[in-house]
Amino acid sequence: MFEDASIFNQLLVERLNYFIYVVLLLIGLWAMIAKNNLIKKLIGMSIFQTAIILFYVSIGVKEGATIPIYLPEHDPHGTHLSSESNGSILVQSPQVLDASHVTGYTNPLPHVLMLTAIVVGVATLGLALSVCLRIYRAYGTAEEDELLEKLEREDARSSTGANRQRSRRISPARKKPVAAQSNRTESFEKRKTDRPKPKRSTRSGVRNLKAEPSPKTEKKSEKGQNKPTGRPRKPRRPREDKPR
Amino acid sequence: MNDHIVWIVLFPLFGAVVCALAGAWSKKICYPVSVLSMIASVWASVRTLIQAIESPAHEVSYILGGWTLDLFPRGVGIEFRADLLGALITLVVTGVGLIVTLYSKVPVQRETPGKEPLYYGLFLLQIAGLAGIALTGDAFNLYVLIEVAALTGYGLIALGSNRAAAATFNYIILGTIGASLYLLGVGYLYLKTGTLNMVGIREVIESQNMYDSPAMQVAFVLVLLGILIKMAFFPFHAWLPNAYCHAPTTSSCLLAPLVTKVMIYVMIRMVLTVFGVEFSFESTCWTEVLPWLVVLAIVCAAVMALAQREIKKMLAYLIVAEVGYMVGGVWIYNYYGLIGSIFHVISDACMTLCLFLGAGIILEKCRTTHFDGLRGLFARMPLTMIGFFVGGFSIIGLPPTCGFFSKWYLITGGMVSERWEYMVTLMFSTMVMVVLFFRLIERIHLAVDESGKNLGKGHGDLGLTNEQTRFDEAPLSMLIPLLIAASIVIIVGVYNQEVVDQIEVFLRAYDLPTGVSYK
Repeated sequence: MFEDASIFNQLLVERLNYFIYVVLLLIGLWAMIAKNNLIKKLIGMSIFQTAIILFYVSIGVKEGATIPIYLPEHDPHGTHLSSESNGSILVQSPQVLDASHVTGYTNPLPHVLMLTAIVVGVATLGLALSVCLRIYRAYGTAEEDELLEKLEREDARSSTGANRQRSRRISPARKKPVAAQSNRTESFEKRKTDRPKPKRSTRSGVRNLKAEPSPKTEKKSEKGQNKPTGRPRKPRRPREDKPR
Repeated sequence: MNDHIVWIVLFPLFGAVVCALAGAWSKKICYPVSVLSMIASVWASVRTLIQAIESPAHEVSYILGGWTLDLFPRGVGIEFRADLLGALITLVVTGVGLIVTLYSKVPVQRETPGKEPLYYGLFLLQIAGLAGIALTGDAFNLYVLIEVAALTGYGLIALGSNRAAAATFNYIILGTIGASLYLLGVGYLYLKTGTLNMVGIREVIESQNMYDSPAMQVAFVLVLLGILIKMAFFPFHAWLPNAYCHAPTTSSCLLAPLVTKVMIYVMIRMVLTVFGVEFSFESTCWTEVLPWLVVLAIVCAAVMALAQREIKKMLAYLIVAEVGYMVGGVWIYNYYGLIGSIFHVISDACMTLCLFLGAGIILEKCRTTHFDGLRGLFARMPLTMIGFFVGGFSIIGLPPTCGFFSKWYLITGGMVSERWEYMVTLMFSTMVMVVLFFRLIERIHLAVDESGKNLGKGHGDLGLTNEQTRFDEAPLSMLIPLLIAASIVIIVGVYNQEVVDQIEVFLRAYDLPTGVSYK
């Protein structure tokens, strides 16, 4: 049938829908793994899930078939509730169709499954976006390389002075619940002011600024490393006796 | 009277709704509601296990919505089906859930103040999802329940520090890839077999002789790959250590023992029930490749655990190593290896629970789980430390604990199938775990300074002041669950034969080799 360029024909004519879903799947996977921006990763995640939805939808489709609702000749409307001649109402249950009749309908199951998968996808995306928001508030960045740098610094700090770091992190939570609410917004405000000013937020949009702030972040990282090693002496003393 | 099996999932589900709604009215009722719903759920799973043992076919089945299973590709509706394996795992899930719920009173109030209703809501939904995974007999329903468990798990972890939120993001990305690959695999299964019921799929594969079908091979690879990502098998483990290390105490206590183990259960379920022994082991090349990957996984995870200086992170890497044990036990394709794998799922859940509960208490009392903060802890909290070390001894595999017996079966499996590489790796990682835990014991019992020098003069003198060794035990609501978990580790070890009997009854239905199986 396809003597010349049979692979080409198979991919682009016979199985175009599968080809498209594989391409979309790979685009999504690539974005999730290789993109630097967290939001772009999530966009990749959406593409990935959508590709699977397209796959399911395309396996449920039949050429020339109609939606899976009874055709009039199989189970005409009104026979569920047909009134008999003596006035009583006869209730009929839906009919079970013969195999020959069923071929005229598409398979509803894959589409129904995908309703559930869409709901799951929406929930995942919502959760992931809220986690993203929290990361942005806490670390002031949505770029993965900067985030990793900050996390490494934080981990290094906590492993050298575990005692101090831990107790500082946990202590706000020990306060009363009412205080915790305001405390959180307070610390959020503080972090906001700590953040290097305007460039950071436009960075993800404007690419050519990227070269500029990197020495700045390095400088900041030095500062950040110096802070805990230089300053800790003061708060450390009283804390060390406390837990024992 | 077959509906106990549904109540296992429904109790925590309703409990979650009640917690989330009524919590707005009073925060105090969340804890009792959760405990009550978990007790009810444990009762229902015990009843289900007894029913499964007593019934002649050794399984309990319940079709939701009153559909029928009579048509040929079995199953139109969703089936809840508990054979002996499913019932045992369900009991483990609900039992661990109950113990962690009891334990949760103090840490939840401290770590997520003001959010208790929502926290308990997520917590119970997580248990409902995990129990559902163990019970469902429908491949797509399994995907939905995996996502229910995963989404609530992301929430439970992200409630911790800011660092936890950053770790959660990785977890979300990798978890979604895993679950989506599984979903894709199920799509291929449905395409080829026309049913989603697990037993139905296997019936079709066997009756239509689909062993060489390329689409089935693709489905198998996708499903397995998805599950391996979800269970944090070595190259895909990157999400696990940080997520479990920085999560709130109660979350890590619930997730660490259960999530990876339940995913291993899913793998066993897929291999035995859905694809069938002949397809999974004979017509694919996984039995040749995977045991070597397992070797790599165990060695790397053990070495990385050795490099950690923080208890929770060390335990997280131990979980990765244990996942390697169990995956290896399945893929050496041997009767004894599978017994070991299933028994290790049960015993590993118990001992990981024990260790994480202990680590949670240390964090609660000392505000750190770093090795340097542990000096002389045994004098302060002897009962906690005994509970913690029962878990540790079980991970090492000392005889009265259940870890010994499961490892015994795994090693036996490695020997009779002549997978020497697997057996040697098990021995090696046992050595590493001895080092890990005796290093901890040294720090906890003696006073060792940060360079490892002993500060005490010996003869009972630890070099600590009286103030530092004053008896200061954890609150009872945390201590009692830990001691219960420790005694379960020992009880399961002592009565291991009863558990293994049930596993053997389950495995006898499948045609597994008891000798050398590959060449």
